[in-house]
Amino acid sequence: MYSKEFQESIKKVEATRKERLNQDFPKLSLAERSVLLEAYHPDYKKGTMREILIGANKDDKTPHEFADLFEAYSHINPDNFIVPAPKYETDVLIIGGGGAGVTAAIIANQAKADVFLVTKLRIADANTTMAQGGIQAADKANDSPAIHYLDVVGGGGFHNIPELVQALVNDGPEIIRWLEDLGVIFDKAPDGTMLSIHGGGTSRKRMHPCRDYTGAEIMRCLKDEFLDQKIKYLEYTGALDLLTDKNGNCVGAVLVNMENGEIFTVKAKTTIIATGGAGQLHIQGFPTSNHYGATADGLVIGYRAGAKLAFLDTIQYHPTGVGYPEQILGQLITEKVRGVGAQLVNADGERFIYDLETRDVVASAIIREVQDRKKGIASVASGGVWLDTPLIEMKSGSGTILKQLPAMYRQFIKFGIDMTKEPVITYPTQHYQNGGILCTEFGETNVPGLYVVGEASGGVHGRNRLMGNSLLDILVFGRRAGKYAAEQATKTKQVNEGTIEHIKKYHQELEKAGVPRERKSPILLPDYRPQEFKGKYSFLSHLKD
Amino acid sequence: MTTKDKSLATIYIMGKEYKVPGSLTILQAIEASGFLFVRGCGCRGGFCGACSTVYRTKDSYKLKVALACQTKIEDGMYLAQIPFYPGNKATHNLSKIKPTTETLCMLYPEIMRCISCGSCTKVCPQDIKVMDYINAAIRGDYKKIAELSFDCIMCGLCATRCPAEIVQYNVALAARRIYGAYVMKKAPHLDKRLEDMQAKKFLTEIETLMKSSTDQLKERYTKRELEK
Repeated sequence: MYSKEFQESIKKVEATRKERLNQDFPKLSLAERSVLLEAYHPDYKKGTMREILIGANKDDKTPHEFADLFEAYSHINPDNFIVPAPKYETDVLIIGGGGAGVTAAIIANQAKADVFLVTKLRIADANTTMAQGGIQAADKANDSPAIHYLDVVGGGGFHNIPELVQALVNDGPEIIRWLEDLGVIFDKAPDGTMLSIHGGGTSRKRMHPCRDYTGAEIMRCLKDEFLDQKIKYLEYTGALDLLTDKNGNCVGAVLVNMENGEIFTVKAKTTIIATGGAGQLHIQGFPTSNHYGATADGLVIGYRAGAKLAFLDTIQYHPTGVGYPEQILGQLITEKVRGVGAQLVNADGERFIYDLETRDVVASAIIREVQDRKKGIASVASGGVWLDTPLIEMKSGSGTILKQLPAMYRQFIKFGIDMTKEPVITYPTQHYQNGGILCTEFGETNVPGLYVVGEASGGVHGRNRLMGNSLLDILVFGRRAGKYAAEQATKTKQVNEGTIEHIKKYHQELEKAGVPRERKSPILLPDYRPQEFKGKYSFLSHLKD
Repeated sequence: MTTKDKSLATIYIMGKEYKVPGSLTILQAIEASGFLFVRGCGCRGGFCGACSTVYRTKDSYKLKVALACQTKIEDGMYLAQIPFYPGNKATHNLSKIKPTTETLCMLYPEIMRCISCGSCTKVCPQDIKVMDYINAAIRGDYKKIAELSFDCIMCGLCATRCPAEIVQYNVALAARRIYGAYVMKKAPHLDKRLEDMQAKKFLTEIETLMKSSTDQLKERYTKRELEK
């Protein structure tokens, strides 16, 4: 139940509900989309980005928050750090224990490679677990991978890398079958037909949900399979930097046990970065729907080793983050809520955008409604419009929300808001890193021996990802890179000694560019403590400056 | 002791007193008290089960549980997290398993020790009928377990309270995977599509798209038919 200050606006929403129920709202043309994006999308906001001073993407623009990570020194000082002899040796080292990393591990292990996975939190502590609405794949008769391809590139502003999109859409059906075989429980009719729905920017209903726990369901099955295969792993182990040999090839990593501070190295024939996204950077001060560990560590260590980045000037703001209550500000309200019939309306109960435009477009429209048209909900200081959820029950019958959106129901009822009866308040939240480390359709980066998968990679989604294509992406490229890295590792007879020469050179360039010595990366964990407690993390405190 | 400033709440983190803004979640309150989470914090959104917390409020003997990221603090809360629980997981090869009535009892014989005390159901922060699905597991009723346990986030609180030492969330996961892989029907339209893919039915069309100019793509995109 909302307090008094919201009631007047809620009445307006209720007053227009019946009329809106079966009302069509016009979709935007491509030209109209561009105008809206350029005027209101945060990517276009002046003064929020700068050119990177050094490295493979020198002079490329990226948000300040990213630039601060690239223009930063390693936690290890190459002038006084002696690289310890490898504690572990492996064929394939995987950094990151989310959906992409665990998938790569399962497949590399099945390809008979020796696999070692490290993750700074627990296996499955990842954005994958938080994905709610569904996974895309063109597996119905009225759909095809070619139609899926067109939706992907249209959503991405026609900037996507064609070879990556081709891999994504072509592997889709096979991925869904793989998941069925792993025991993933999709929403199905009794005869096995998938109960698929629309997402923003899809031209076919190809979103396969598992209630609104799709990512959690996929991730727990992957994790269970990973454990069943008895693959070696270490949790609470962060990556400080990669190791390179005399030829610049990646040959492993320098790691830290984040509980006792032990620094050690793993020697690997191939290394896969699967470190996920960057929501915890809070770009432009946005809240985030992301996991605690989403701090772009892989981008940082990859970049220092020479890996080239792509599309790092574009961030996805999910249109419907929680706008109220403040305790869960920025957490995700899945697009599935609109997929099953909820509508966005302003404080006066008026619609202002077709609800299933692509995410970048819907987010921009909400920002316009609040900042420019002043039609946001007045009592929400951080900005917000209504997402009219009782419409779902009106359209599809009472009980639909509890059945199809149990996680969303829980999220709000814990704070006294019953979304079956009252609308919820929403505003864009930092959700996804459209860009990342550039790679081929097998996950290879430009650094020999180094691979990248999942959100840490960039190119497949262009400048805006569609709903349900990230769950597909992590599985498609996790499998491809896992197989390929395993094959390459098996072919490799000998691995040269791992060094940190690349860090030495990187530091010299940083100094030349005048970057302050105190600035260090990767972040590993975001620091939400009050200012007076902030400082070097205890597990890094013994490293000499 | 009570806090004079109404906007502040007094909480006790593992018995030690801290004063924090009263509007915070338990997770935020622990951070506001100066702690950096290494363990005990995950998705911060109620999906991962990393932040299971046991608490008691002042003047009450009752132990309550919560996900720290989804629960607002109350004045006088005594808080302790359970960031790890050494629960048993039976490893198995799903591709070779048989979905019989006995399978779950063979993987997890301890489920037979359930005394139907209901502690697991009472403790579940997702309000899942845990005891009911354990009873279904004993009967080998996969559908029932899958339906009842689906919203489990594997926080592990049920296992911490079980006098029979059952690790309910792992039993449920094994049952759901068996149900998903063997009992549910595979998607028939997917069989068909996989045949299409094998026959490389869409190859030329996609290659054409890959070679198309941006203007050509835009035209096709704009003209594409939208499923109602």
